[in-house]
Amino acid sequence: MMKNTRINGVLFAILCLAPATADAKDKVKVGFIGPLTGGVSVNGLGGRNSADLAVRLRNADAKTTYEYELVVLDDECKPNVAVQQATKMAADKEIIAGATHYCSATAIATVDIYHKFGFPVVVWGAVLPDITYRNKYAEVHRVNGTMINQNNSNAELVARLGYKTFAVIHDTTDYGKGHNQYFSEAITKQGGKIVGTFGVTADQQDFTAELTQIKSLNPQVIYFGGLTPIGVRIRAQMDKLGINAVFDGTSGIVSDAFIQGLGPLAEGVLAFREGAPTEKLPGGKFFMENYNAQKYDNPPEAYGAFAYAAMDLIIDTIEKVGPDRKRVVDAMANVKDRDSIVGKITFDDHGQNAVPVITKYVIQDGKFVEWDDSDYASGKRKLPGQK
Amino acid sequence: MDAGLLAQYLMNGLMLGMMYALVALGFTLFFGVLDVIKFSHGDVLTVGAFTALATYLGLRTAGIGSSWLVLLAMLVVAVVAIAVLGMAIARTLVLPLRSAPALNTLLVTLMLGTVLREAVRLFYPEGANPKPFPALLPQDSVNFGNFNLRLDNVIMLAAGALVIVGLQLLLKRTKLGLAIRAVAQDEETARTMGVNFTAVVLITFAIGSGLAAFAGIMNGLYYNEINFGTGLLLGVVGFSAAIIGGLGSIYGAILGGFLFAALQTIGAVALPFASAYKDVFAFAVVIALMAWRPTGLIQEKISERV
Repeated sequence: MMKNTRINGVLFAILCLAPATADAKDKVKVGFIGPLTGGVSVNGLGGRNSADLAVRLRNADAKTTYEYELVVLDDECKPNVAVQQATKMAADKEIIAGATHYCSATAIATVDIYHKFGFPVVVWGAVLPDITYRNKYAEVHRVNGTMINQNNSNAELVARLGYKTFAVIHDTTDYGKGHNQYFSEAITKQGGKIVGTFGVTADQQDFTAELTQIKSLNPQVIYFGGLTPIGVRIRAQMDKLGINAVFDGTSGIVSDAFIQGLGPLAEGVLAFREGAPTEKLPGGKFFMENYNAQKYDNPPEAYGAFAYAAMDLIIDTIEKVGPDRKRVVDAMANVKDRDSIVGKITFDDHGQNAVPVITKYVIQDGKFVEWDDSDYASGKRKLPGQK
Repeated sequence: MDAGLLAQYLMNGLMLGMMYALVALGFTLFFGVLDVIKFSHGDVLTVGAFTALATYLGLRTAGIGSSWLVLLAMLVVAVVAIAVLGMAIARTLVLPLRSAPALNTLLVTLMLGTVLREAVRLFYPEGANPKPFPALLPQDSVNFGNFNLRLDNVIMLAAGALVIVGLQLLLKRTKLGLAIRAVAQDEETARTMGVNFTAVVLITFAIGSGLAAFAGIMNGLYYNEINFGTGLLLGVVGFSAAIIGGLGSIYGAILGGFLFAALQTIGAVALPFASAYKDVFAFAVVIALMAWRPTGLIQEKISERV
């Protein structure tokens, strides 16, 4: 909250100084929800900063009709907290729309609330398909892709590399269960065999029992459907037990914290994410330059650009139709080929943006490198058992 | 299931059990002398692990290369620092609440745990992220079929056992131990016999917290990863272990620790449902055990507390 006040203070100062905005514009509140504390908070803070950047850049623009104020709430990546925070935000009639949720478990828990309150949201990071596809809520939209796309791409790559046997570890939230389901379907279609599936809790510390069992099943690849904190633990404990299999992750581990947590052990880990890498996005350079200029404490992380795009789209819509929830919802239904820093945004009838691009990553020398540019693709280095 | 696999499960269980037992010992010591439950114990462990990590980073920057020397320094700094922290907690939070209902101590330490945990997250550089913990013990290992016997695990188990034996000797063979046991048995009589009550309580808290720091370092060396939430579950498990063993009993805490680890391993391996339910299984058995033996498996000789 301290930070929020400070940001508001800065905004206030800018507004006082800018002569064009001196003729008091109407204030409009927009919201942001993400995990600002807890294990995945780096991603939430990156998203928060990115949404904040979208608001700041807009407020600095003399041509805008309204003055925007960002209301930030913390869902802690916990469904029960998210439900409270979503209700709090949706019940505040002054807040017109929100960019919401990084964690799938929180996003899916809150869609009904947004629908009930008629509160338009644009999801900026959660990848569970059900968030947009389980219901047909006009209020719920998403700028990033779903985990179906990334798991298809994942299965295709590992099958192409000649891997046949897989063990699956997933957390038992909706997020992990979704990954398990879509990866299992995709890899079976590619002719792969799943030798064992292990559901684990999202805050588990010890995985030696599961990994010992996996060791005796001897898979070539361990697929992990979950987030960074337990991903780090599982990869480290694999090494402890002498398991020499490929660690195949999802978008949930695409975060610098994963590499920092593992050091050299991160080498050769696979991960997948919707959309192009930030620097290769149409507006990636613009985004990074402006982001760095603000000197935020944290990097934008993998989904920052999507949070920016979500907030930018919200503000665009409010500029066009005015600060009215109903009209914003109506206008969002017609978003088609809209330019944004993450590429064209087109919402289908479920409010889902069609993002066909999936980026394949492999960790090489302590960095997420695009698979096609990596030494592993060129054959200079080899993953365990790579053909 | 082949023998190698079985041995591997046994080793995993033993390592887990040793850490649980060390945490449970702290709970049992505190309860022994003061009849209090100190719920911040798990988070004190986290602070210990992070203190050790910070010491490691400092020494590495200072250019000290020997792993053994660094490890020794980490142990000394962390154990001493956490012992002092334990004493401070006893002095400022636990002792002043002596005459208040026990529930108050429980609540205060529960909140203190949150404060410690969040402090690590906020004030340790990028404390929200998982941190790599250095592997300072020899990494040699021998494979027997599916069993990967690691030298570092053996050293840790031996060190843990030594600490427990040392604690036992301290309690049974020294004057300090006698004083601690005297206070545990009957505070007022101990006072009239000239035992410095406050000093004994502070020293007991120092010992218990030092054990937690030791367990924290062991946790780091074993998993090569620590995070601000490390102590949260360890605290709950350690507390349960102390309870099923019999709160106030040293052997009970050790028994409880290993029993809980065994239950978790069985829950993950031998039962026909997803391993995500292993904690559900382990805690359910704990509940059943408590219904059967409300004062724990090894009961205290004095029934006054029942």
